[in-house]
Amino acid sequence: MSRLVIEAGRAERHYWRDLWRYRELFYFLAWRDILVRYKQTVIGVTWSLLRPFLTMIVFTVIFGKLAKMPSSGVPYPILVFTALLPWQFFSNSFSESGNSLVANSNLISKIYFPRLIIPSGSVVVGFIDFLISAVFLMALMIWYHFMPDWRVLTLPFFTLVSLAAALGAGFLIAALTVKYRDFRFIVPFIAQFGLYVSPVGFSSTIVPDKWRLLYSLNPMVGVIDGFRWALLRGQAELYLPGFFLSLVIVTALLVFGIWYFRKTERTFADVI
Amino acid sequence: MSSSDNAICVENLSKRYIISHQRAAGDGLRHVLQDKALAPWRRLQAKLKGRKEKTSTSENPSTLDSSLSTSSAPTEEFWALKDVSFEVKRGEVLGIIGRNGAGKSTLLKILSRITEPTKGRITIEGRVASLLEVGTGFHPELTGRENIFLNGAILGMTRQEIKSKFDEIVAFAEVERFLDTPVKRYSSGMYVRLAFAVSAHLQTDILIVDEVLAVGDAQFQKKCMGKMESVSRQEGRTVLFVSHNMGAAQTLCQRGVLLRNGNVIADSTSEDAVRIYLHSLEVGSSRNLLDIEDRHGKGEVRLTRVDILSGRGEPVEALMTGEPARFVFHVTKIRPRMSINFLLHAPSGAPILFFDSKVASYKDVCNPNLGNSFVCEIAELPLLRGRYRMYANLYIAGEWQDGVDAAAMVEVEEGYFDRRPACSTPWGVFTTHHSWTLPYEAAGG
Repeated sequence: MSRLVIEAGRAERHYWRDLWRYRELFYFLAWRDILVRYKQTVIGVTWSLLRPFLTMIVFTVIFGKLAKMPSSGVPYPILVFTALLPWQFFSNSFSESGNSLVANSNLISKIYFPRLIIPSGSVVVGFIDFLISAVFLMALMIWYHFMPDWRVLTLPFFTLVSLAAALGAGFLIAALTVKYRDFRFIVPFIAQFGLYVSPVGFSSTIVPDKWRLLYSLNPMVGVIDGFRWALLRGQAELYLPGFFLSLVIVTALLVFGIWYFRKTERTFADVI
Repeated sequence: MSSSDNAICVENLSKRYIISHQRAAGDGLRHVLQDKALAPWRRLQAKLKGRKEKTSTSENPSTLDSSLSTSSAPTEEFWALKDVSFEVKRGEVLGIIGRNGAGKSTLLKILSRITEPTKGRITIEGRVASLLEVGTGFHPELTGRENIFLNGAILGMTRQEIKSKFDEIVAFAEVERFLDTPVKRYSSGMYVRLAFAVSAHLQTDILIVDEVLAVGDAQFQKKCMGKMESVSRQEGRTVLFVSHNMGAAQTLCQRGVLLRNGNVIADSTSEDAVRIYLHSLEVGSSRNLLDIEDRHGKGEVRLTRVDILSGRGEPVEALMTGEPARFVFHVTKIRPRMSINFLLHAPSGAPILFFDSKVASYKDVCNPNLGNSFVCEIAELPLLRGRYRMYANLYIAGEWQDGVDAAAMVEVEEGYFDRRPACSTPWGVFTTHHSWTLPYEAAGG
């Protein structure tokens, strides 16, 4: 028979073991969020395609046709969509995780489980959307007869980087929203702002060389450049110093996100 | 101390909360930023002040600390549990009773690991699950079927376990026909039944039940009680029952632990614990109410005494159903825009009747010679026989000044209501004006 001892500081020591133990709950919460996401909508899961699709059209028209931004020979819709793929994943996960803890406050104030499960579940939901969009991108590439080369094999690595960025930012924002509901208002703003600050509608090659390193402080710049490099046959060359800087920032974000989350987690049930 | 037939062993458990008396707006980001931004300035101020004090009067350094702490949010310690120890044997049904704020919920929170104790430890042998508040683990958009799996997972069951218990759960909850309907379309009764069914069929050694039985219809409550009994008797599982409902606590539990202000007051048979609990409430009603320390509100005015009078204005031991009743509330002083309200609790603990002087009627009168008191008159008392607990509150301009639980115990005897005998039944506490149309001559009429 299992024996459980409750005393001060004990949950702290067994945290990571508990996280593994509660994996079943993690699956279930993610499953619930996926099921619920498009309930009582008419077009259902089509929404996860429609939003990036419409954004793609608007950006293609504005940046590609009107502003005539360079695309180094790549069809402009594909240029936009390869960036939208990681960006949507990041911004969806980020927005969903932000609210996730507060939305599950009844669970948090009643049952014990490692709280990291909840924002991670939101990221999983974002990842499902990401996969659906990826299929769409494939269709788009077939339509334009634009096939990626061997570089596409590196895509899982860049996907991992974007996953790390989404998790790090998600943990941080989720923990902050528990205490400061102000972040509810900040999150949509960041998500909207980031769409224009990150090289989604344009290629980051248009940024003057002397600013590129500075520009790469935005972790999504490295991620998006990586996606373009992997998918567009290297037509968008990877600016390595900038990419490594982004990589460092993403790692720092993830570590800091987990650290801050863990630090404040103990008080969630009391302040939520 | 630790024998193998103990399911739960609580040793010297204490829990401290730090209450910070925050400004009204609470925990907003602005305050934190403001605090952080002003901190150096305050420190400088305190330093200057401290130096001045040192040079002039050489006061002790504690004044410096206090001036610092009053400028930021002052904090206060509060022990929700103090040195609580008890044991629960395997297969035992233990009731934990006590007033609001006695520490019951804190104990539950620690047992379900939502917060950690400050001191002491709990050893639990076996798996624990708590019977959650209605629908905690439910998602309104999901169907009954989906929610059974979700709720099971939340309570710590594996998919396999839920599958093997699925039919039993559905049968118990009586929701077969609605399995594929989103639970947001369920009636509240169905909701509760499903929630209870999932938790009751959990294969855990220890079940924590918190006040859920207060909801649902009488028939289902009976069923729950039956299930809980069989859970402990036949399956040998341990049940921890936390409740205000003294009746349920008494019938269900073998043992009772009574908590008051974070201390264990009694650890005895459930009958004893309930008796001591009820007695502790009644003591309040026989003496001057000012002696009661366990009260709420700002305290500018206080309730001093509640008199229970018959219709003729004479003090009575007990009121009668259908007869006039008069409650006189004596207070320390009268202030403009002051109001009083009181709530009567049924013997089961459920709140049933509420009266508020603020809600005006043309029947209300003003009497300047009344002195420091309020009078509430009921022309025909609709309550059936029993003991009713009164919770009285005082307000000035909507601001809560005083709140006293068990300000009086109202004893009601059987009587006639509207010339009809008003017998007490186990199915209700009220009666009112009514008449029947019968298909035959009333017998004995």
